[in-house]
Amino acid sequence: MPEYSLQKTSAGASIAKFRELGLLVFILLLCVGVQLRNPSFLTLENINDMVTNTAILSILAVGMMLVIVTRGIDLSIGATLALSGMISAMTVSAYPDTHPLLAILLGTAVGIVSGMIIGLLVSKAGILPIIATLGMMNAFRGMTFMVSGGKWVSAHQMPDSFKAIATSSIFGLNTLIVIAIVIYLIFFYFITYTRTGRQIYAVGSNPDSAKISGISNDKILWLVYTIMGGLSGLAGVLWVSKFASAQGDTASGYELSVIAACVLGGVSIAGGSGKISGIILGSILLGILNNALPLINVSPFWQMGIQGSIILIAVVINALVKRGVDKSNLMRRRI
Amino acid sequence: MEKRVIIGKKEFSWKTFFLQWEWMLVLIFILVNVINANLSPYYLNADSLRDATMTFLDKAFIVLPMVFIIILGDIDISVASIVALSSVVMADLYTMGVPMELAVVICLAVGTLCGYVNGLLITRFKELSAVIVTLATMIIYRGIAYILLEDQAAGKFPEWFKFLGWGYVGSVPFILIVFAVFAVIFALLLHKTTFGRRVYAMGSNLTASQFSGIQVDKIKILVFTLAGLMSAVTALFLTSRMGSTRPNIATGYELDVIAMVVLGGISTSGGKGRMIGAILAIFLIGFLRYGLGLVNVPAQMLLVIIGLLLILAVMVPNLKGYLRKWVKI
Repeated sequence: MPEYSLQKTSAGASIAKFRELGLLVFILLLCVGVQLRNPSFLTLENINDMVTNTAILSILAVGMMLVIVTRGIDLSIGATLALSGMISAMTVSAYPDTHPLLAILLGTAVGIVSGMIIGLLVSKAGILPIIATLGMMNAFRGMTFMVSGGKWVSAHQMPDSFKAIATSSIFGLNTLIVIAIVIYLIFFYFITYTRTGRQIYAVGSNPDSAKISGISNDKILWLVYTIMGGLSGLAGVLWVSKFASAQGDTASGYELSVIAACVLGGVSIAGGSGKISGIILGSILLGILNNALPLINVSPFWQMGIQGSIILIAVVINALVKRGVDKSNLMRRRI
Repeated sequence: MEKRVIIGKKEFSWKTFFLQWEWMLVLIFILVNVINANLSPYYLNADSLRDATMTFLDKAFIVLPMVFIIILGDIDISVASIVALSSVVMADLYTMGVPMELAVVICLAVGTLCGYVNGLLITRFKELSAVIVTLATMIIYRGIAYILLEDQAAGKFPEWFKFLGWGYVGSVPFILIVFAVFAVIFALLLHKTTFGRRVYAMGSNLTASQFSGIQVDKIKILVFTLAGLMSAVTALFLTSRMGSTRPNIATGYELDVIAMVVLGGISTSGGKGRMIGAILAIFLIGFLRYGLGLVNVPAQMLLVIIGLLLILAVMVPNLKGYLRKWVKI
């Protein structure tokens, strides 16, 4: 529904705000519930653990949000993550003197190249994002196995400096958390205050009018998938450093969790809307679920089913909320 | 006054007849076979080729309804999870003492129900694309399979059940016969019935079809339900062939199936494509896999090849457009 007056925009915005508030309340209730069952949940140590575990997910969620805002989807990030993690892990195990920063840069570069390929396929060749990323997901996953020859890179092959990326801390915060916060700040500025950032939303909410108003849709799409690739590459290095092992099937299926975090955070699959604050809450909710379910003795085999149901419920609620907004907009027009 | 001629049928011309994607597929198919035969002396052997069909035809059952779904302009990525869930339910019931015949029927029912739920969700919540709905149900269905069986395997099926995956009728594999029957049914359904025509109409213009009186929701639900049913058929054959089942059975099948459909010339933007293309693509990818497997190309390499093949197949029609534009200028 096109929005003609300022008033209507504010009505939509207030409901969106209510949505985030609802999510926050849900998270708090969940925390209280879990805490009553298991008092070790809200200890400083566990919270620190939980946030550290969520950091990688939330970094990926930023990129995924941008992709979904442009009406796309990226199923290849798990494979990109594995590829970049494997390449950087093999590099540091072959040259133990490599500076960790260099390893991070290498992984990110691998991710950026992968993302650029997908971006080209989506923007220039005009392939549906789901098909392009499904195909490249397999190509990258296969390449990971080929690069490694099917072998693992395990903890004792990695130098301590590399493993320290995930275990060290800056200002008392774990490095992973610091990196996630820096990325969130950068991207908050990028999508709120820069021209290119706003253009991403313009392309997502109406590609045709974006084109007419002089935005190069192809370039924006390409950029978005490249950013997604770069972030997955970075996440790959962090992942390998954190778990101290690189395998061919690292993070397989992780893309679903990332998409879940975005959808929970209110990023609309139809494109054009999604907020940084939303995906932070979405990632935290998923992180809490992953952390809390074992604490209250839910079998790990239930996790997948629960996660899927939550995604479904979230998208259905999103749809119903949007219906409500559209309806109230129509009512207002009649008056 | 000049007499108007309304052309109901396009005039037949050899040029357009041979410039079809399906002929391209036939050419690639021959090429694949020639290369395979040159790579390995064991390839061109009627017996082994016949047996090779048994290894890849299980997923071909899902390709048939997936053609309908992609012609509708939708996509269903939950099919592999439906295979897992229906297979796990069947095995679970059998180990609990339910007779195998009943378990098979329940397996088909579970698949159908899963497909129906997909269709229902997609038509009730039109704001949600099929991608996101089937993404969610993909996780849920496999999640339920994990809840039921955890990390165990279930099997020890009765002897007659093995016939599905391993049996022969005369010298023809049973699975090949069943597939041929289903392929004919689905091809007739798509090309010779009003139902098929309506699917094409909905794929090219959903709004126009709705206004011209097609019950679009009903057809969409039916198509997704069919996909669920055929996934359960795949589950039967796959489980019979493997001899046991696990919750992670059939992982990645959705990609293979979609790759086959897209390679078969069915356009992902909907409304275009024919059943014969998809059937050709099934055998093309199947024999490619078999031949490369014979010369010890690792499975991961095949993963890369299939992924790139999928992208190439989608790109070719677009490239044709580019080329035409370029030539005109």
